[in-house]
Amino acid sequence: MVAQYERPSCLIEGKGVFFEESAVTKFEHKDLLGMGPLSVPEINLILDTAESLKAISARDIKKVPTLRGKSVVNFFYEPSTRTRISFDVAAKQLSADTLSLSATTSSMVKGETLLDTARNLQAMRPDLIVLRHPSSGAPHMLAKEVEAGIINAGDGINEHPTQALLDLYTIREKLGRIHGVKVVIIGDISHSRVARSNIIGLTKMGAEVTVSGPPTMMPVGIESLGVRVTPDPAQAVQGKDVVMLLRIQLERQSKVLFPSMREYASFFGLTTEMLQGANEGAIVMHPGPLNRGVEITPEVADGPYSVILDQVANGVAVRMAVLYLLIGGAKGDNVDQGR
Amino acid sequence: MITWIRGGNLVDPVKGTVEQVDVIVENGKISRMLPPGVFQEEGPGISRIEASGRMVVPGLIDMHVHLREPGHEYKETIASGARAAAAGGYTAIACMPNTAPPNDCRAVTEFILEQAGRAGWVRVYPIAAISKGQAGETLTDFGELKAAGAVGVSDDGFPVVNSELMRRALEYASFYGLRVISHCEDRGLSGNGVMHEGVVSTRIGLAGIPDASEDIMVYREIALSRLTGRPVHIAHVSTAGSVDLIRRAKKKGIRVTAETAPHYFTLDHRRVIGYDTLAKVNPPLRSPEDVEAIKAGLREGVIDAIATDHAPHSSLEKEVEFDRAAFGMIGLQTALPLTLQLVRDRVLGLAEAIGKLSWAGATILGVPGGRLVEGGNADLAVIDLDYEYPFEADRILSKSKNSPFIGEVLKGIAELTMVGGKVVWEKR
Repeated sequence: MVAQYERPSCLIEGKGVFFEESAVTKFEHKDLLGMGPLSVPEINLILDTAESLKAISARDIKKVPTLRGKSVVNFFYEPSTRTRISFDVAAKQLSADTLSLSATTSSMVKGETLLDTARNLQAMRPDLIVLRHPSSGAPHMLAKEVEAGIINAGDGINEHPTQALLDLYTIREKLGRIHGVKVVIIGDISHSRVARSNIIGLTKMGAEVTVSGPPTMMPVGIESLGVRVTPDPAQAVQGKDVVMLLRIQLERQSKVLFPSMREYASFFGLTTEMLQGANEGAIVMHPGPLNRGVEITPEVADGPYSVILDQVANGVAVRMAVLYLLIGGAKGDNVDQGR
Repeated sequence: MITWIRGGNLVDPVKGTVEQVDVIVENGKISRMLPPGVFQEEGPGISRIEASGRMVVPGLIDMHVHLREPGHEYKETIASGARAAAAGGYTAIACMPNTAPPNDCRAVTEFILEQAGRAGWVRVYPIAAISKGQAGETLTDFGELKAAGAVGVSDDGFPVVNSELMRRALEYASFYGLRVISHCEDRGLSGNGVMHEGVVSTRIGLAGIPDASEDIMVYREIALSRLTGRPVHIAHVSTAGSVDLIRRAKKKGIRVTAETAPHYFTLDHRRVIGYDTLAKVNPPLRSPEDVEAIKAGLREGVIDAIATDHAPHSSLEKEVEFDRAAFGMIGLQTALPLTLQLVRDRVLGLAEAIGKLSWAGATILGVPGGRLVEGGNADLAVIDLDYEYPFEADRILSKSKNSPFIGEVLKGIAELTMVGGKVVWEKR
């Protein structure tokens, strides 16, 4: 399934062209499984498309008919509020039909395997399946089995590409560029799919990435992904443009990785003081949901550095872009047709 | 009735020689081994097997297979596993006790031997559990198990955590001449790991099993062997650290022997990229450096034997998410060609390689075979070293098809396998 992308030149009245002539105009992927398979021009295309689409959310009538007649299944094996709603809103704003399945409402509770569930879904011929699953590689397995496109909405500790894309978008929006931006990611790098996708995406786009956190949460050979390791967070924040925090997940970590939330908060929680060492105009990001008082103090979360809510808003735009690029762009279409 | 195996090159792993010899088989035994041209008899009582241009080798002996019967017959039965073994050039296999129920008592050992006898194909040697229920608490009745036909003891897959119990197992087993085989793994350190911990696990987001998880237990077994003066055998060595520990232990004269499996000298952790559950095995496929260390260990004789760790699993266990999939891969029909690759790569000589597939297992377990001698059992295989073929699923005789080598082009095959003078397998 090849989605051909036509530049949406009449997206916003009065503004014409959003792309340089040399930019790619095609997005030839069936699935979005991770940041790994995306090229720099493709990432730029997604971000540019998101920029065009972001305006739709700001309108009175937040809907365009672009994906009318297309169906998107949100298949969530793990609890999720933010990502699931974000995909749902994105699909609805593009007029796709959406269907939500969760581990508790699907036949998985009756012992059906992932592949069987997927084959059954396939028989109903959806255009896209958005999958969140606790096992790394589950979307990859699904992608081989079904015709529908697969969007990885988070697989185990592997990847969460749309989160990385919305983070890239937010950085570009706030700082005007990604290349050369200095980013530090603080938290449980080992068990974070957000960290993994961001590391791959950011380094690909030319950002300088440092990771920080307790040594128990640092995977072996992380440097091989092109990042620097600075365990002390205060030191790691020095001279950075972006401070990206990860949610400390009690449900994922045994007590072996860190002794207590209190200890984590006092040594690794991001405070206003620590931020003094960051570059002027630095931004603080967090994929949510926040553990206020653990990885981030309330002052920082609600303070001027924080772009956390912008991330959420941008999430919808970026996911619209991904949906559109994967299943929307039949030749001759444009995003705003029929308006 | 006489069978005349004519014109083949006989491989003797003990002498390290390959020479043209006619092998005469009578009443299930090798009656004579003659230089070519000496034996000239013809007649109705003589059947001839043409082996010119082929290797005649002692029947391969696999000291580490899982046959799944009793309990998981949908994955493999003793008959289907034994048939796959015959097709792979094996004439004897030793089966691990992790069945359901486990082989921790005389009744199960006897059942396995009965089923094996019914199946025919190859000789089957049961390895009994070290502890009752493989629970790691109390020793099984070693004497009774030995009397029933067990050749060794192991809690394979459920490593004995309690070092005192392992010590007593080594001491007690020696009285009965049972070899203790250890699956070396610190389960606490392995945690919920599903592949080798390294740059690949970090890159693809799978929980890792560190190499130290194996090394720690290898060292413990070496220490216990030294303490007790009793022999211990290390199963499926996969790490450079283990090779190093065993090398040093052997230099000190500690009675440790070791095996590895073909996948540990053929594949590395990069094979897991793409989340192919066929590459999920325990111990996991390690780093390229580990693979090189395993080869060095084989070359230097640090690693005595090549065993398959043939572990059949059906699509029920393999066509699932990677972290939910079962560990293990089959290996009976691929071990020979993969080991012959080591010969082509000049890691091992041919006689050495065949020795690791036959003589080593026979000596470690104390079972007959492993070498072709006059008066010995006519357990042998005729091998075509040059036969090249795509290894497709329809070639697999095991009930389960969980091989990561499906689709690969393999070189070298058993054309004929003979057990006790009877041809049990012939390549069509």
